[in-house]
Parts: sequence; C-alpha cells; structure tokens
Amino acid sequence: MNISTSVLLIPLLPLLGFIINGLGFRKISKGLASIVGTATVLGSFLLSIYTFNYFLSNNSQPITVTAFNWLAVGDFHISFSFLIDQLSLLMLLVVTGVGTLIHLYSSGYMHHDEGFGKFFAFLNLFIFSMLLLVMGSNYVIMFFGWEGVGLCSYLLIGFWNKNKSYGNAARKAFVMNRIGDLGFLLGIFLIIAHFGSVEYSEIFGRAASVDTATLTMITAFLFVGAMGKSAQIPLYTWLPDAMAGPTPVSALIHAATMVTAGIYMVIRSNVLYTLAPATLEWVGIIGLATALLAASIGIFQNDIKKVLAYSTVSQLGYMFMGLGVMAYSASMFHVITHAFFKALLFLGAGSVIHAMSDEQDIRHMGGLSKSLRITWITFLLGTIAITAVLPLSGFFSKDEILMNVYMHSPLMWGLGVLGAAMTSFYMFRMFFLTFHGTFRGTDYQREHLHESPISMTLPLMILAVLSVIGGFINFPEIFGGQAWLANFMEPLFANAKQASPEAFHHAHLSHSEEFMLMGVSVGVAILSLIIAYVMYISRNTVPAEEGTPIPIVQKVIYNKYYVDEIYDMLFIKPISALSYFFYQVFEFFVIDLLVNGIGKLVKQLSNLTRRFQTGTTGFYVFAMVIGIVVILLVNFWGFLFR
Amino acid sequence: MEVPDVIKTIPLNWYIYFSTLLFCIGVVGVLIRRNALIVLMCVELMLNAVNLLFTSFSAYRSDPQGQIFVFFIMVVAAAEVSVGLAIIVMLYRNLKSVDVGILNKLKW
Repeated sequence: MNISTSVLLIPLLPLLGFIINGLGFRKISKGLASIVGTATVLGSFLLSIYTFNYFLSNNSQPITVTAFNWLAVGDFHISFSFLIDQLSLLMLLVVTGVGTLIHLYSSGYMHHDEGFGKFFAFLNLFIFSMLLLVMGSNYVIMFFGWEGVGLCSYLLIGFWNKNKSYGNAARKAFVMNRIGDLGFLLGIFLIIAHFGSVEYSEIFGRAASVDTATLTMITAFLFVGAMGKSAQIPLYTWLPDAMAGPTPVSALIHAATMVTAGIYMVIRSNVLYTLAPATLEWVGIIGLATALLAASIGIFQNDIKKVLAYSTVSQLGYMFMGLGVMAYSASMFHVITHAFFKALLFLGAGSVIHAMSDEQDIRHMGGLSKSLRITWITFLLGTIAITAVLPLSGFFSKDEILMNVYMHSPLMWGLGVLGAAMTSFYMFRMFFLTFHGTFRGTDYQREHLHESPISMTLPLMILAVLSVIGGFINFPEIFGGQAWLANFMEPLFANAKQASPEAFHHAHLSHSEEFMLMGVSVGVAILSLIIAYVMYISRNTVPAEEGTPIPIVQKVIYNKYYVDEIYDMLFIKPISALSYFFYQVFEFFVIDLLVNGIGKLVKQLSNLTRRFQTGTTGFYVFAMVIGIVVILLVNFWGFLFR
Repeated sequence: MEVPDVIKTIPLNWYIYFSTLLFCIGVVGVLIRRNALIVLMCVELMLNAVNLLFTSFSAYRSDPQGQIFVFFIMVVAAAEVSVGLAIIVMLYRNLKSVDVGILNKLKW
C-alpha cells in the first residue's frame, strides 16, 4: 500500500466508524455497532504497525503527508498535514492499540446499555481526535485534536446524562479544560507572532534564534494547556470527577489518550522547552507537587475508580517531573507503560464493578479473588506494575524518571520516592480490600458474583502481558539492555541538542549509584506493600463507613484537602454572585428599563405621528404649505431677523 | 443692459406685490375650498403668479430665459390639469361628489 494512503487512513477509519455509528445508532444492531467501532480502530492499529515498519525500513526518516491546504491568509499558511516521526508513531501505536482493546472491552461492558451505538460513536470520535492530535504536523492540527478530545471527554463523561451529577462532572471537565486551552491558544498565537508559522519543522528549526524571554512565555502558556489536559495542579480536580463516565471511558481517558496529550505536547515542543529552563523548572515542581498531592489523596479514597483516578493524576505528575528535568524519553516511556497498566487497572476495576452489580465502594467488596480468577491475577499484575517492583514495566519507566530527577536534585528525588511509597501503599490497600479478606457485600451481590465474559477478560489478559513485558522496550543498559526506546527517540531531540548542547550534558551515574537508587525505590515500595498487608490482611482493618468520626488530618485528606471547596469559594461563588448581580441589577436597569424604554418611546411617538395620516387631500396640502412656509422661514432667517 | 422705458413705467416691486398677492389667494383657495375643481383652479392661480414673476424679472433683466420657463410651466400645467380633471371625473362617477373633505381614500 502507498504510505501516504495508509497515513491518511489511520485517522479516517475511526472517523468513518463514528459516522456510521453516529448516524445509524438507532438502526444498527448492537453487534454490528461494536464490530464497526472496534474494527475501525483495529484497522488503524494495523495501519500504524504497517507505517511503523515502513518508517523503520526507510532509515527512520520523518514522513509528512499533506491532505490539503487548510488556511491561507496572505503569506501565512496552515496545511492539514500529518507528520510521522518517532514520537507520533509511538503515540499512534499506543492510542490505537490500547484503544482497540478498550473498544473490545466496551462491547462486553456496555452490552446492557441502551445507548450502545452512541457510545461506540463517541469512542470512535475520541480516537479520531486523539489521532489528529498526535499526527498533526503543526500546532493548529494539534489544537484541533486537543479540542476534539475535550469535546469527546465531555460527551463520554456525561454519557449517562440522566443523572445530574454526571452531567456536572462532564461540565467540570469541559470548563477546566477550557481554562487550560486558553493558555494553549495564547501559546499558539505567540508562536504565530514570533515565528510566522505553526509548522513544527519550521518552528523547531528556528527556535534558537528567538530570545529566551519569549520562549519562556510561549512554553509557559503551552504548559498551562498541558496542565488542563493532563490534570496538573491547579487544574486537576476534573479528572477524579470524570469517573462518572462508564469505566471503559475512564480507561480510555486515563490510559491512552487525553491525559497524555499534555506530555506529548511538551515532548513535541522539546526544543522550545529546552531553551526555556525557567519553564522547565516549573514543570518539574508542579509535576512533583501534583504527584505528591494526588498520591496522598489516593490513600484514603474508598471508591475503586477514584483511587485509580488519583493514581493517574499522581503518575502524570511523575511524567511532568521527568519532563522538568529534560528526561523526555523517560517520560514517554512512562506514558507507554502507564497506558498499559492503567488501562489494565481500569478495565479490571470495571470487571469488578460489573461482577458486583455496579458497586464501586471497596469497603463493600473483599474476597473477590476466588470468584474472579482472571480479573484477580491481571489486576495483581497491574498493581505490581504501577507500584514499580522489579521487573514489571512500571519499575523501569518510573525508575528512569527518578534517576534523572536524582541527577537534577536529590531533594526532588527524595520526595518522588515518598510519592512512590504512597503509590505502593494505596494501590495494595485497594487491591487487598477488593480481592482479599472477607466478602462485605450484600447477599444479592454474593449470589450474582461472576467472572466477566471473554470480550472483557481478553483485553485484560493482553494488557496484563503488555504490563509485564512493556518495560523491556527500554531495558536499561545497566542490566545489559539496549535502551531501545531512548535510542529510537534520539533524533527527536536533535534540534534541542544543537540549540543548547550543554543542557543535555549531564554527569552519568555510576552503576553502584544506579543500583542504590533502584534499591531504595524498590525497598520503599515493598515496605509500603508490607504495611498495607499488615493493615488490611493481617489485622483485617476496613476503612470507616461514611459518617463515623475520623482523625482531623485523615478527614482533610479524605476530603481531598477541600480543594474543590476552595475553588468553589475562590472562583465559583464570586462569579455566581457577580452573575446574580448582573441578573438582578444590570438586567433590570439596563436591559429592561433602558432598552425596553427606548422601544416604548419609539412606539409612543409613532402612535402620535400615525394620526397625521388622515388620508384627506386637504390636510396633506395644508401640511405641504406649512412645510413650504417653514422652509422659506428657515431660508430667510438671516434676512428676517438680522 | 438697458431696460426699455415702457417697461420701467411700472416699478418691479408692484409686480412682486401683485404676484405675491395672487399666490397667497391661490394658496388660501387650495386650503379652504372644498370643491376639487376650484382647488385645481387655485393651483393654476398659484402657477400663474409664479409665471408673472418670471416674465417681469425676465423683462427687467432683458433676459429671455424666464419667458422660456413660463412656456414650460404652462405646458406642464396643461398636462397636469388634463390628468387632474380626468381623476376628478372618475372620482365624481364613483362618489357622486367632488368634495375634497370626503376624499380621504389616500389612507388606503
């Protein structure tokens, strides 16, 4: 197949699926809808593999495919074109690969839902937008996809829109993302103003000639966009609320698509960021703060999906921390492994929820390991992968980030390890409470416990395998590996290295230091695991039910540090007060009195003049004569009254 | 330019006063008379007052342009009167009256 056809077909197929399912979701049967939905994404995945092979066999030269010229204003052109290089290929494989599994899983999970076809249409649209985001060869196409995933997240989070709080969660995600998008847009505008182009190749080639202050501003604005999309402080609170959507949606948003958009964007713009160290410093700090904050909140959450949500926020924090110390490929590595194990965990959680008849509270679970064998094993693998115990995927990627962070600042590393300890604790806490101990659900739930159908367990198994072996794509040199991913991504940073060689020049750690760092992080992870084991298996503790008094510190953390309430007080209350004021005062005095008053006045006046139209000839002649007299008087004014 | 003595025997102001008087009579007639025929005649009176002004000015200035205008006005007036009379005839056939007071059909 022609390579440009294949590249164009990659986003086109999910769009086609969206159109078919979207237009025909009332007529198409569930079976057909799931086949169309899944097959189109699978097709994209196969095409991505084909493109990947082509790319490798062609000396890894970036391919640009232009679909059409989109906008032309004077000398300024924006073409609708796709760029296939190392980064977009990796993202393509992850998005379509994990996306296919999630589609497959959805066909089982959503089977009883009446909006089945609609759901698949939205999922396909989501994939389409995400593909545009990662494939676009300029910032405008990226923004196009960026907004697209925002829209789809809104549609999918609020999918069960008959429940008002779900709708609110969707709206929250949408609004918070808009705040970030404003920053992203401003960044793009600045880029246009300073570079006169939005094409990556042109911008990155000329980045070194722009002064640091401008680049700092551009990158800071772009990072605001990333904060919104990738749920960093202060724009993270929408992500846990996004759990309102069906579980496959959570998996899709959290693992493969939307939230990694920010990471992708920073890696894509690595030249700009490398040349703006001040922004990078902030990226690292915000990443670290987010990682710690979210991890600490995760410790006390009792909703199985909420725990995972906070864990995502925290893992995203790690990725940004990696970006902050310019470990771009390490962060990408973590994106990929995280996509595997987070999708696995979410889908596993979905399987548990499915088995428990829509129960999400881990306090009412327990002892599920006997009835849900496949889910139990895969979930355990996912948990080990995320808690970064050797040699599953999460270990390699997180350790690589932490190692780079250590070289940058040992203090940041220490805090990062603390976050890792918390991650390990809350993940195992959730795991033990869900799958071990005694069953705490209702009798009805006990009788209906069942393993999920094959369409749901198959993705789980595939993802579990990927979570286990995923780490080997960047098997570190210290274990005799080749660090394939890092080498593969090397050309992406050529521009950055050329522009600022010293930034990439940092001291190498000796092997003993590397082993020491690994040992510490594995050690704390295992320590946390043991603590969780003692607390929740040996002592059989169950978190307190809602309403029972808990210590104040725990209460603050359980309530997510009251961040939502603070935002509510800081932003929402003043704004609603202001809008209330406008509604009551401005609306009444300006709109009703002034505007309507003018309307009434005109009506009254015209009522008066209406009487002049008598239809009597004599009166018209009289009016005419009066008019002539007036005109004469006016003309002779000076003559008469000199 | 020299003005003939014959013309100078009557001062220009007299012409102006006279035509103003005629014009005002015409205006008042148009305004207060209710018979459409008389209204038309009053309009003619006004036109003639203007014609008188034109001719006298043209004579005093020895400039024939004003007299040419008079011809134009007369032609237009004749045409206008024929149309106006035709309208009045039609009105009379329909309403059995030429009273402008009841001719308020312009409203519709």
